[in-house]
Amino acid sequence: MPILLDQIVIQTINGIVTGMILALVASGLTLIFGIMDVVNFAHGELFMLGAYVGVITIVATGSFWLALLVATLLIALLGAIIQVTTLRPLLGRDPLTTILATFGLSLVLQNYALWQFGPVARKIQEPFTGHFSLFYLDYPWYRLVIAGLSAAIIGALWLFLKFGTYGIWIRATTQDRVMASAMGIPVPWVHTAVFAIGAGMAAASGVLFGPLVGVNHAMGLDWVLKAFIVVVVGGMGNLGGSIAAAIFVSLLEAYASLWVSPAQAVIVSFVVLILTLLFRPTGLFVPTPK
Amino acid sequence: MSRRAPVAFWTGFGIVLALLIVAPLLLPEFWQRFVTEILIWGLLAMSSDILIGYTGMISFGHSAFFGLGMYGAAAALLSVRPPSLWLALAYGLVAAAVVAIFVAYFSTRLRDIYFSITTLVFSQIFYVIIFTWTEVTGGENGLTFSRPALGIPGVFSVPFDSNTLHWFVLAVVTVSYLLLRRITQSPFGMVLQSIRENEPRTRAVGYAVERYKIVAVMLSGVFAGLAGVLYALQNRFAAPDFVFFVVSGEVVIFNVMGGVGTLVGPIVGAAFFLLLREGFSRFFTEFYLIPVGIIFTAMVIFMPQGLLGFLRRRLNQ
Repeated sequence: MPILLDQIVIQTINGIVTGMILALVASGLTLIFGIMDVVNFAHGELFMLGAYVGVITIVATGSFWLALLVATLLIALLGAIIQVTTLRPLLGRDPLTTILATFGLSLVLQNYALWQFGPVARKIQEPFTGHFSLFYLDYPWYRLVIAGLSAAIIGALWLFLKFGTYGIWIRATTQDRVMASAMGIPVPWVHTAVFAIGAGMAAASGVLFGPLVGVNHAMGLDWVLKAFIVVVVGGMGNLGGSIAAAIFVSLLEAYASLWVSPAQAVIVSFVVLILTLLFRPTGLFVPTPK
Repeated sequence: MSRRAPVAFWTGFGIVLALLIVAPLLLPEFWQRFVTEILIWGLLAMSSDILIGYTGMISFGHSAFFGLGMYGAAAALLSVRPPSLWLALAYGLVAAAVVAIFVAYFSTRLRDIYFSITTLVFSQIFYVIIFTWTEVTGGENGLTFSRPALGIPGVFSVPFDSNTLHWFVLAVVTVSYLLLRRITQSPFGMVLQSIRENEPRTRAVGYAVERYKIVAVMLSGVFAGLAGVLYALQNRFAAPDFVFFVVSGEVVIFNVMGGVGTLVGPIVGAAFFLLLREGFSRFFTEFYLIPVGIIFTAMVIFMPQGLLGFLRRRLNQ
């Protein structure tokens, strides 16, 4: 099958759009890991629950943007509750125990969603349905808006971390937990806040991505796996690296799906991960490997 | 330490073994099958304990070894006439071992969380391959086959019924347990435990840590494959669901619930988990994972040693 230029352009745009959503999920994950050494296995479930809260809010109010806000805040609150109840007692223990605890949580959340919302996929209506013509396709504007919004949210996070007072607290905690605590920063609450922010970002991406695919209880699995790959490829705890890796991996998958089925295209990102681990175990996009 | 401890251990071992031998004669059909299944899952969990409990590496990829054992057995049973039990075992073990070498080579370069994620990703690779390669693996539907007879060619041959299957599984699991116990107490096992306690120091003392880790992952993978073969024999099918990483997650749950670093603990954990599943399914139907997940998370926080953790020292004597 000859691959035409227009197909490549379309797949490039598709890849970037998925990549931005993935970056949004992964930046929450990497933020949580960088600050608390917690690998959040339940991240995909927070993404999925965010999408469900979005569905419910849209049904109730009809407003997509309100749904985005409500889902983000509600899941951020859930994240805070999860952190206080299950992760705070594990502080100071082997980081591996946090994988186990969050894995247990992901089982609970996923089956809760199945129980509460049933196995049938729900659909989120796109907030606007404009198209522009791209070669032979009517490409929805909404996809580009998602990419832009994701970039805006990540940008806002970056600005907050760089200049906000609390952002500086967070970075101080990342660098040296004990010293930060000695300077009067309430480290346990910083952890809670970071987990809440990560959860909120996951929920926001869930709502944004909802219109492109159906919302169902198992959607979190795919995403958490992809987000893990991205976070490792980008370098654990490295925000910029995660974003670059998210776009890189999504583009590769998009191009690969020109030749093979999307289910098999996933293998491309697995191979990227393995190659990264072999040659640059600290991550592809880290400037100076330690 | 004292000489009484081994006596106590072997007495306990004998009693449990005797109970398991007579179990199929006393229990009703359903529970008989249940006990056999516990033994198989227990073997899988025990193989994973070599990594989690003794080497300090949490593998989230044991479903790959388990699944390849299943598909290996399936390949032998479907392609060779008449189906042979020993060929199924050989094929399954070889399939699992090949995958284990591959996974071990890459994943042992990484530590802690990175190791977990890499094994998880590897199991997903095999899942995708098995799921999409429909011509060979049957894709989503999997493969079904008939059970071979138990016997030695030319000597004797009896068809498997549920009793002989149980005894066969019990024999395999018991031998595996004794082997694994011996391995963990050997100098090799001691090095694994010292890697768990302090990896840089082990390296400084002069052990080739990477090589030990590779062998540990392979060993673990082969025993997981053995469990896969047994499961294939019991259920007469192989399906991609068993390669999915949720199975790996359950294996980790078995370990944590039963107590890591004890070898028996994971079997107890498997029994506990399956019993909880059985019990909660009555009230929650397919949502039994909600209460089980809560119990699991609570155990991680409040009872990190697991059910048999308090016996850890004794069981390793």
